[in-house]
Amino acid sequence: MTTLNVRRGPEFTRILGLGVARGENAVPNDDLIEPINSSDEWIRKMTGIVTRVRANEDTSVIDLSEAAARDALAQAGIDASELDAVILSTISYPRITPGGAPVLADRIGATPAAAFDISAACAGYCYGIGQADALVRSGAARNVLVVGAEKLSDFVDPADRSISYLLGDAAGAVVIGGSDTPGIGPTIWGSDGGASELIKQNHTWLEIREDRDLPFPTLRQEGPSVFKWASFKMAPVALEAIEAAGLTPEDIDVFIPHQANLRIIDQMVKQIGLPESVVVAKDIVDSGNTSAASIPLATERVLRDGVAKSGDVALQIGFGAGLVYAAQVVVLP
Amino acid sequence: MALSKDEVLAGLAEIVSEETDIDTAEVTLDKSFTDDLDIDSLSMMTIVTLAEEKFDVRIPDEKVKDLVTVDDAVSYITEAQA
Repeated sequence: MTTLNVRRGPEFTRILGLGVARGENAVPNDDLIEPINSSDEWIRKMTGIVTRVRANEDTSVIDLSEAAARDALAQAGIDASELDAVILSTISYPRITPGGAPVLADRIGATPAAAFDISAACAGYCYGIGQADALVRSGAARNVLVVGAEKLSDFVDPADRSISYLLGDAAGAVVIGGSDTPGIGPTIWGSDGGASELIKQNHTWLEIREDRDLPFPTLRQEGPSVFKWASFKMAPVALEAIEAAGLTPEDIDVFIPHQANLRIIDQMVKQIGLPESVVVAKDIVDSGNTSAASIPLATERVLRDGVAKSGDVALQIGFGAGLVYAAQVVVLP
Repeated sequence: MALSKDEVLAGLAEIVSEETDIDTAEVTLDKSFTDDLDIDSLSMMTIVTLAEEKFDVRIPDEKVKDLVTVDDAVSYITEAQA
């Protein structure tokens, strides 16, 4: 009987390097309030956001991704030629096909690495980490680049009061590779497509083809329902990720949730029952909600601010349109 | 066992007070969540969720906009647990 060879990878993985690229412009609330008939005070109260980063018109998702990826590779001490896979998580790459990942891989010199996009919105970075961890441990890839990148300002409606004013542009990248010690805990992930209408592109491409009077598609959300889901339903997911890693909330040094809304972050901390000693990432205040990029961005921020350090144990959780969610405990690079 | 309307009001007042720091005595049936108690849409969702847990009832998201006054919420919860 013929027996096939199978590959096995290292037992453990970790984040070897991190890089980020924020949109070039810090856009204050005052620049956005007129079309939504709102105020700086209201936006701060409802979201915690003071400014959001937005990219120049001629800066693309790939440009942001490349900058973040190059920094991640440099910190990891890995050459792009040593990458076996490039995963780009984005919902704002403006082509249905080809995906952005092969283009990004080529830009950074990673060709012929496997390259593919994932569409898991604000959970996309944690989905990517889960996949990269599995690919490395299975032996399918030695090193994997995971990039969460968005240019959401291309898909906002200035008159939309539901989500547009929260959104920003940025990319965050990490290199995942083998490790002598565990650096990425089990990924707890899932979806709830029954609630797919809560956050979505308002018109499909086909609807726009049929009705040329429809405006360019932009994003919408049912804010209070999303708040309720994220604030209360994500806590058990986070706790499961902590438990799966063999830890308790007391073992967590840093909490790095998707930067959706400061009110959600505050409520999650309460619901998870994190001790006061845990540093909570709140990059949303200055960067806004950058979807797939927000967790690596917030990670870079806590490290740069010196409130967290390499080797700290971080709980990260992404959640968003789908609905989709994913959480894992990681050791910071 | 189903709680009386007074008992639901007392329990709801505790939740509102915890979420907003408003004194429980201020949470009376005639008060509007928005206009009188200054509770925004996100705090309202928190109150609703905590009320669902406390009273073991389900309050659908689409129903929340109809809960304008404390009386609306107390009545809904009282009926829902019956």
